[in-house]
Amino acid sequence: MSLSRTIETPEIGGALVPEPTPRKHVLDLDDFSREEIVEVLDSTRSMKEVLGRDIKKVPALRGKVVVTLFYEASTRTRVSFEEAGKVLSADVINMSASGSSTEKGESLLNTGLTIQAMGVDTIVIRHPHSGAPHLLAQHLNKVSVINAGDGLHAHPTQALLDLYTVQDKLGSLEGLKILIVGDVLHSRVARSNIWGFAKMGAKVVLSGPATLMPPDLMRSSGNLARSPFASLVEVETDLDKAIEDADVVMALRLQQERQHAGFLPSLREYIRRWQVTDTRMERAKPGAMVMHPGPMNEGIEISNSLAHGGNSVIEEQVTNGVAVRMALLYQLTIGPGQGPDG
Amino acid sequence: MQERQIMSQEDVRRALTRVAHEILEHNRGAEDLVIVGIHTGGVHLARRIAANLVEFEGIDVPVATLDISLYRDDLRARGQSQPKLQPTDIPMGIQGKRVVLVDDVLYTGRTIRAAMDALVDFGRPEQIQLAILLDRGHRELPIRADYVGQNLPTAIGERVKVRLMETDGADEVALIFEDEPEDETDE
Repeated sequence: MSLSRTIETPEIGGALVPEPTPRKHVLDLDDFSREEIVEVLDSTRSMKEVLGRDIKKVPALRGKVVVTLFYEASTRTRVSFEEAGKVLSADVINMSASGSSTEKGESLLNTGLTIQAMGVDTIVIRHPHSGAPHLLAQHLNKVSVINAGDGLHAHPTQALLDLYTVQDKLGSLEGLKILIVGDVLHSRVARSNIWGFAKMGAKVVLSGPATLMPPDLMRSSGNLARSPFASLVEVETDLDKAIEDADVVMALRLQQERQHAGFLPSLREYIRRWQVTDTRMERAKPGAMVMHPGPMNEGIEISNSLAHGGNSVIEEQVTNGVAVRMALLYQLTIGPGQGPDG
Repeated sequence: MQERQIMSQEDVRRALTRVAHEILEHNRGAEDLVIVGIHTGGVHLARRIAANLVEFEGIDVPVATLDISLYRDDLRARGQSQPKLQPTDIPMGIQGKRVVLVDDVLYTGRTIRAAMDALVDFGRPEQIQLAILLDRGHRELPIRADYVGQNLPTAIGERVKVRLMETDGADEVALIFEDEPEDETDE
């Protein structure tokens, strides 16, 4: 080890760690490098250890303020961000659109500027419109923005917790076959997961009715080359074929609130052809993991017995979600880009 | 920039041998003892002290590891990126135990303050003792070590680099002089 390298070595750990550009926002996984994902998953493991303690509290984010700004309904994402912040000793303030100045017509941007002016460190936002978190990130210069789900676009923290859950069970993501089944068209979870799993070297296959696949991914459309996902995924509408040898089967919620447009002939047909069931799982790899981002429509996209069966990791996904969000809050808030010394 | 060796491989070995004996002497044996290494240097040293105890007295003392990143108060002041989180693993618990905290360098004392905060989140130890390979002075908190490999008065502008077999292939403690005052380090 040369002398100059020794000098630059960060004191902690003693090992030579390259200094990555500090991340300020988490908007989607498309701008995450593989190394950065690995780092988040490593920190998640340490955060899970904290969650397993008798006293689940560490002072890391004491004096920091996190606002969760939710323009859409949510149980697990909002509660898990709140728990993540509180375990790290941040003060967490929950805001929702109803009951806020949004009802008086305040724009998203002005709400964001108002929150920023109050000295908040991190805004966690969920919004029905794709791109809303980007808008905040572009215009707010003092806060970090975490996307907790925007429209049909992205849900990066869900994807990271899914990556962690699979890696935790199977050891590595490299070369795995990940099957995502159902309403991909309306699924921000699927989109972020495609980025994440592909970057980690897994193979992603999508299955579901052709009407619920993103049109630009269908070979018949002729638009294939235009989709950023085209080189990352395969589409196989026949679930019985798609499921062959899958290591992970992830069922997506059939977003029934979006089904007026006639995407499906009938719910019964959907269930018959695309429900993930015990019988269908027999074609997957033995012991293949069953996942669901929640909330579930049991008996529609996933059978009841499978959802609560031995290969289901759906509850672990929820637990891991808290740890992943702790890792992200910690990384964004303590990074050197933050604060007056920046 | 210059570098001067403060402890050779042999010095480190002798220091750890003496520290292990002192721990046994001070505690009249090793009953209820837990050795807790602070990441990363302290973890390796803790394992070596435990190995010494096995060798000298045939006593197997449990070793735990502690990452104190989440308890630090000086990350921002140091202008460094956050350290990578390391696993904290205290499977035996510390309730009612005599804990010997182990770290490589004692400097401001802030690392040890953070480590004690972290430890008490795991229970109420009967005692916390501190073993250090090198004490370089300049304390900012009222903390002192019970077992010291070597004392070395240093200037604030100097840096101490601990290299260990496990991470660097050989044991050595070196003092690094710099032309300009350096950021304060804590280890």
